[in-house]
Amino acid sequence: MRNWWKALTVILLLYTIIGGLLIPVPKQVILYESIRNLYFHVPMWFSMIFLFLMSVVYSIKGLSSNNLSHDTKARELVNAGIIFGILGTITGSIWAKFTWGAWWVNDVKLNGSAITMLIYLAYIVLRGSLDDEQKRARISAVYNIFAFVLLLVFIGILPRMTDSLHPGNGGNPGFNSYDTDKNMLMVFYPAVIGWILLGWWIASIRIRISTLEQKLEA
Amino acid sequence: MKYIILISMLISSIVAKAQDVQMADTMRSEGKIYVVIAVLCVILIGLFIYLITIDKKLNKLEKEINS
Repeated sequence: MRNWWKALTVILLLYTIIGGLLIPVPKQVILYESIRNLYFHVPMWFSMIFLFLMSVVYSIKGLSSNNLSHDTKARELVNAGIIFGILGTITGSIWAKFTWGAWWVNDVKLNGSAITMLIYLAYIVLRGSLDDEQKRARISAVYNIFAFVLLLVFIGILPRMTDSLHPGNGGNPGFNSYDTDKNMLMVFYPAVIGWILLGWWIASIRIRISTLEQKLEA
Repeated sequence: MKYIILISMLISSIVAKAQDVQMADTMRSEGKIYVVIAVLCVILIGLFIYLITIDKKLNKLEKEINS
């Protein structure tokens, strides 16, 4: 059974929706039931970061081997990652409106993620501007490494150094009180794995399509 | 006539009972959250079926092109 992980994706995500809406959550002012967004909004970002990380892995592989198939994988992983980033931004915006009071607030993490999205969009633009395959593979691979480092800085490091509305960042006490809530973790961890697997699944389909396209062109 | 009254009483009692049962069934409890879950599951399953179909189509294409 080569595709066991696809079945696992289906099971985990169905569990996320059923468990995520039914299993009791801690009662918190302001958040109320919207705390359940933790199972849907946060895994979007985790999936994006995972896909971008895998993309860097393939970029490095491509740089050391000069194999163009790694370049295809890196590109499609970024394409799929951007979708998850957009979904994370939209869902976060909705959640922010009804808890923080505005669709967009000047929070380090929000601005950092926006900059990150622009950096990755620039990756796509950069690729489009280069015609030579080998050159494009090498330059975009180097840019991809640079982009991932910036992602770590903008999403991982900077928000922790200043005040942020996001739990766990800066002086803001994290999801500590919920982190210890076993009920929530019972859904949160499977949700993260499920959404990451879904991202991987979509990316793998994109990779296979581009591989076929290249074969037909050749 | 007696029978008609009896039957109508029987029916009305059944209807009354049915209404009771209807209001108490799972899909209507807890602010109808189960309805939302059902809708979300249908959407998710639908998307999965779509994704699996694409996957299978791609498998076929790969076999055709690679052979």
